[in-house]
Amino acid sequence: MSVEQRDADNPELNARFFLVWIGRIAEAIAEEKDRLTDLDAAIGDGDHGTNLNRGFTAVRAALEAKQPESPGAVLVTVGGTLISTVGGASGPLYGTVFRRMGKALGEAESVTVQDLAAAFEAGLEGLCKLGGANVGDKTMVDVFAPAVDAFKSAAGDGASAERSAFNLAADVAEAGARETIPRRARKGRASYLGERSEGHEDPGAASAALIWRALAQTAAAG
Amino acid sequence: MKKLINAPESVVADALEGLSFAHPELSVDLERRFVRRAGTPTAGKTALVSGGGSGHEPLHAGFVGFGMLDAACAGEVFTSPVPDQMLAAAQSVHAGAGVLFLVKNYTGDVLNFQLAAELLDDEGIESRTVLIDDDVAVEDSLYTAGRRGTGATLFAEKIAGALAERGGDLATVAAMAEQVNANSRSFGIALGPCTTPAAGRPGFQLAEDEVELGIGIHGEPGRRRAPMAPASELAEQAVDAVCTDLDFTGDAMVLVNGMGASPLLELYVVYNEVHRALEKRGVRIVRNLVGNYVTSLDMPGFSVTLCRAGEDMLELWDAPVRTPALRWGA
Repeated sequence: MSVEQRDADNPELNARFFLVWIGRIAEAIAEEKDRLTDLDAAIGDGDHGTNLNRGFTAVRAALEAKQPESPGAVLVTVGGTLISTVGGASGPLYGTVFRRMGKALGEAESVTVQDLAAAFEAGLEGLCKLGGANVGDKTMVDVFAPAVDAFKSAAGDGASAERSAFNLAADVAEAGARETIPRRARKGRASYLGERSEGHEDPGAASAALIWRALAQTAAAG
Repeated sequence: MKKLINAPESVVADALEGLSFAHPELSVDLERRFVRRAGTPTAGKTALVSGGGSGHEPLHAGFVGFGMLDAACAGEVFTSPVPDQMLAAAQSVHAGAGVLFLVKNYTGDVLNFQLAAELLDDEGIESRTVLIDDDVAVEDSLYTAGRRGTGATLFAEKIAGALAERGGDLATVAAMAEQVNANSRSFGIALGPCTTPAAGRPGFQLAEDEVELGIGIHGEPGRRRAPMAPASELAEQAVDAVCTDLDFTGDAMVLVNGMGASPLLELYVVYNEVHRALEKRGVRIVRNLVGNYVTSLDMPGFSVTLCRAGEDMLELWDAPVRTPALRWGA
């Protein structure tokens, strides 16, 4: 593979890439706010969209003010801001994912897809440790776990076109969100409903899928 | 749905500002959204800090004052506060003897208080956390987030607060809060849903002839639906659920709590039935509270909380308290 081809196939994962990704997440959350809130109203208390929208609005302001210059610094700022502004369970959980990812990426100005895959693994580990959820509990872990696996395998050793890894992970993420529909919630507020939580998509899984799709779109455009 | 608000986004801030004018004995940090006793914390006193989503008033800010909490953090409606608030509140009332966090067992509250405790530890301030999980409606704790914290929060905040006021150290006060929680059980029934300001529409639908059994305090649907029935039968169901879970034979403190939109007239009707149902079971009510204490916005309905009362707990319950929502003897 020539150098030109590699450049065309693989986006450069610098601070700008991550800022665009976060911006796309913020847009997606704002657009899907009502859908997320409706999903939450069915099996929770109906504020997931509002809370995340408040968080990502604050994230945009924080990134604007701080102008972080490395991928790691971008994600640490995102995580810290979410923890400080969202509240509920999703604030600490999403905040931990982004903070762990940011710390894993360190201070490098540009990272590889393999670095990003490893960062996602670190984020997922933090998420599972803090929330205590396993795959199948009808939470955002049902999206993150398979998406991180798929992304890591597809990213491989960097020999093949990596852009497809982003798309594949987003597809797996969306499938993971859909698969929460028949499940019975075992964590979070929806778990109080017992069998009545079945038949509804988990709002945290739905917002997690938006994050992965936003990443794929950023890679496609970059 | 009509609401007495200016805008959904400003509800919590506007209410906190109102609270600050209504209660000059409290100090309200409008920016960091916590309420504390005005003045300097008493040196060497164990600090009690609680908090949670807004919409449960008077819980928690209404229980800040002499004999109860030192500070309370207010989250968005039905949303846990963030660690920054808890850290700021804890730092502002810490008086050299550590901080006890009293936390209702909901995933969001637990996670945010956990992060706050870590931050506080970084600052070199010792803290303990006691989870309140008294709601018997959540049956299978292996496959759920565990039992929710509801009415027992009031008992724990009052009794542990009194002990802290007397100079109880952090470990002793935490142990007392745990003891209160271990001896308390609750069950709630809703006649209808509640409406959050942000959503503007009810959280679930309930037919005219239905009630929701085993509700929490966030407008989430309960465990199951049942036909509407006279107060005597509804009270019997709540008392039965509570007494099936724990043997309350003997002396007990009772809270008949309104969920926010049921008139006191009806709550006293319920109390009458609860009294009867307990008497039948050999439970003697030695202290009681009837009113709106742990609410769920504008939800019609009630919850019953029982607490097995030992001599030590009763004495602490009777100790002077001076807060916006609970005051006697002081």
